[in-house]
Amino acid sequence: MITTEENIKQEVLEAVIIRFVGDSGDGMQLTGTQFSDTSAMFGNDIATFPNYPAEIRAPQGSLYGVSGFQVHIGSVEISTPGDEVDLLVAMNPAGLKTNLHAVKPGHTIIVDTDAFTKKNLAKAEYESNPLEDGSLENYRVIEVTMTSLTKEALKEIKGLDNKSIVRSKNMFALGMVYWMYNRSTDHTIAFFNKKFKSKPQIVEANTKVLNTGYYFAETLELIPNAYTIAPAKMKPGTYKIIMGNTATAWGFLAAAEKSGLDLFISSYPITPASDIFNEFVKHKHFGVKALQAEDEIAGITSAIGASFAGNLAITMTSGPGLALKGEALGLAMIIELPLVVINVQRGGPSTGLPTKTEQSDLLQSLYGRNGESPVIVIAASTPANCFDFAYEAAKLTIEHMTPVILLSDGYIASGSAPWKIKSVADMPEIKNNIIKEANENWHTYDRDENTLARKWPIPGTKGLEHRVGGLEKDRITGNVSYIADNHEYMTKIRAEKIKRVQNYIPNLTTEFTDNGDLLVIGWGGTYGSLYSSVKQLKDEGYKNIGLAHFNYINPMPKNTETVLKQFKKIVVCELNTGQFAKVLKINFNGFEFLQFNKIQGLPFGNSELTEKFKQLISS
Amino acid sequence: MESTAVKEYTYKDFASDQEVRWCPGCDDYVILRAMQKALPEMGVKKEDVVFISGIGCSSRFPYYMDTYGMHSIHGRAPAIATGVKLANPNLSVWVITGDGDAMAIGGNHFIHLLRRNVDLNIILFNNEIYGLTKGQFSPTSTVGLKTKSSPYGNTQPPFIPGELAIGAQARFFGRIGGNTPKEMTQIFIECEKFKGTSLIEVLQNCPIFNDGCFSQYTDKAVRADMQLFVEHGKPMIFGKERDKGLILNGLKLEVVTIGENGIEQEDLLIHNAKEQDPTLHQMLVRLRYPLVTGIIRSFDDITLEERQKEQTAEVKAKSSFMKVDDLFFSGDTYKVN
Repeated sequence: MITTEENIKQEVLEAVIIRFVGDSGDGMQLTGTQFSDTSAMFGNDIATFPNYPAEIRAPQGSLYGVSGFQVHIGSVEISTPGDEVDLLVAMNPAGLKTNLHAVKPGHTIIVDTDAFTKKNLAKAEYESNPLEDGSLENYRVIEVTMTSLTKEALKEIKGLDNKSIVRSKNMFALGMVYWMYNRSTDHTIAFFNKKFKSKPQIVEANTKVLNTGYYFAETLELIPNAYTIAPAKMKPGTYKIIMGNTATAWGFLAAAEKSGLDLFISSYPITPASDIFNEFVKHKHFGVKALQAEDEIAGITSAIGASFAGNLAITMTSGPGLALKGEALGLAMIIELPLVVINVQRGGPSTGLPTKTEQSDLLQSLYGRNGESPVIVIAASTPANCFDFAYEAAKLTIEHMTPVILLSDGYIASGSAPWKIKSVADMPEIKNNIIKEANENWHTYDRDENTLARKWPIPGTKGLEHRVGGLEKDRITGNVSYIADNHEYMTKIRAEKIKRVQNYIPNLTTEFTDNGDLLVIGWGGTYGSLYSSVKQLKDEGYKNIGLAHFNYINPMPKNTETVLKQFKKIVVCELNTGQFAKVLKINFNGFEFLQFNKIQGLPFGNSELTEKFKQLISS
Repeated sequence: MESTAVKEYTYKDFASDQEVRWCPGCDDYVILRAMQKALPEMGVKKEDVVFISGIGCSSRFPYYMDTYGMHSIHGRAPAIATGVKLANPNLSVWVITGDGDAMAIGGNHFIHLLRRNVDLNIILFNNEIYGLTKGQFSPTSTVGLKTKSSPYGNTQPPFIPGELAIGAQARFFGRIGGNTPKEMTQIFIECEKFKGTSLIEVLQNCPIFNDGCFSQYTDKAVRADMQLFVEHGKPMIFGKERDKGLILNGLKLEVVTIGENGIEQEDLLIHNAKEQDPTLHQMLVRLRYPLVTGIIRSFDDITLEERQKEQTAEVKAKSSFMKVDDLFFSGDTYKVN
């Protein structure tokens, strides 16, 4: 293990934001992941966000081919990957050009000068070399001939081709950053040993380059000091760094085991939801039944079939796919079967911005079906709590016999954060409505008097043969009914069933203060941004600003109106033009819902939020 | 399933309490009764039978069967049935669909179900018309057919359902006239016995909007001369006098008469439904004279659920994960004290 020598000047920081950028093939995702995993294991709180082009292999050196990975680490609570960065590691001119705007003035940029060739500068549309023309004078630029140093370090190792040699320069950069932030290289070396088990040469080469980068930073006079970020105060437990999409899949694995139901998943690949399906299919050892369907409609309809046959059925998609699933969702609703539709929202409308985040599917989720067809809608708000809300979606759909739409978004789905691992034993019970035996008084549409859920009679059970379908149902027998009163009754009871879910979900909580001048309202994936901004204002002395973040959208928590009444002003912050604000306006009279909206395919930035909140408090 | 088992049920056990509401004279009644008669012969338990339909006249079918059933949405029955079967492979799952439901709005699910070879049965009610919407041309309507939506004649060339299905790798395809209940019952039983997706096209007369569209093949008076009812291992022979048959002439099927031009019965093609190569099956499906009925193709192949079961067993055998906790606490974890 390499340890920092005692004579190095140490500066203690609370938090730092680092961004690694380079070509799609430069290994920036791996570099960033290694740094964030190492930091998490050191005890820091972390949040990460990858940012890569929609093109799989964009032309080398091009501006749109830049791939980046941002990591925010701290000894304090970290709730977002952060906005402006303290350190930018740019492996080529295109990376520098597209990310320079995000670097805090006066802060550090490390560049591989070997990549700043005439050709690469031209591809990045630089008219002159930014390393020479003075355009970076407001930053502390550390110029390193990273490619040459990597080649030099590896000249002794035999049998490596030039491509492999050049490719390992990302480890040189990682080594430097490890030294700068006083991090051990152990975790990454262990990673090499495991990943390249059968290729000792590659292990040796990567280890060598990583160490070379580390020692280079140590001896480099350009780096004045190393920084220390102490471990964060986190709740005791066993942790793991988890991505939102992985956490979502795992929440359902836990729910299936807890409920004793087989898990059936079916979906059609779509960005950014595909990773959930990809995660599920890794776990056939748990008996997961999976179908990659021929289209979005088959994804949901096969799930409906599996649910009819008694499985916990899940389908997943993103905005355009939810539109295609609309008719089938109506069927699941009228036949009152459990079904979870995960919608990882992305920029819309139409194909929109597939790799960018947005919250613009809220109204579609609530109302995007023909007829009166309410369903439960809940939203995860952090990468780690994707686990909890996936579990909750499964619990609600099974216990209430109605479809649930679980909303996530590109930001939390691809972001990662520490997850305090939960054991299935600690998760709440899931009671199903499966009926095992026929008795003479049994009818298809008999309802539980509290939840109004109907029973779940499963094919294979003697005596419970019955028919369901998309035509309006008789209120008791479930036979087709065109009777006018029956239709009104059924429409109302289906709505009432959703409303009663209120009795089974937690109250809305307010953070920072229960009453005051300004209530910040958010929902879903914006939690981290809103939380850190309100916290910052509180730290600056603003005592009268509170945050109420919604995870339950339909129905909303029972105490919502009570919470709203405790504040003089309310601002609803969303990554859309105001969809949740509209919903609040419909449901709660007598309030003025101010709005703060952003529709750029990007998460909220800290400064734009704090500025807006300050302005609202003072006006 | 062995059909020799003691019969637990009669056809009445499969009739629901719902009043059947098809138009008088519709072949759908024949199909319903043939199914109710076939089920007791299959040796399946009533509670294990599931009928899934889409939308259309035919799709009311599940309401009339006292089994598990779902009348779903237009075109999606194959996908729903796939979910049912994968969720519980012990069930006997039937898709009830029509020409519009299966080959227009649900065309994608139809071909992918056949490709995947899930062990379920599809009964395709082909009447070459949209009945429930009151008489528009369908994807099997003939060119020139005058309908509500083609007052000057249909300009869209039709699908031949069997051709489309075998093109989509159907392992089992049968065709039967809507007015031959005995043969129909038998085919339904064969359908259930077959492991894989079996598709039966029923030439179903719609007496209201497309009356007589198959009568040139199905009328009692012409049936024997116009239909060749194929049976595996038997010569392709037809005609009232049993004197006509099929031979292969180059790349074409040719109708010959026994006793003419030196043709003897031994010269006729022998039907091999179990042949993997679908070339001859496709030729039989496309033939208009005679129209070929019976089980044209019945090629045994591994089913999707068998493949999945095998794979899951393999993965389970190699995995050290027994419970999801084993997964959660595996790999890069770290402790905070």
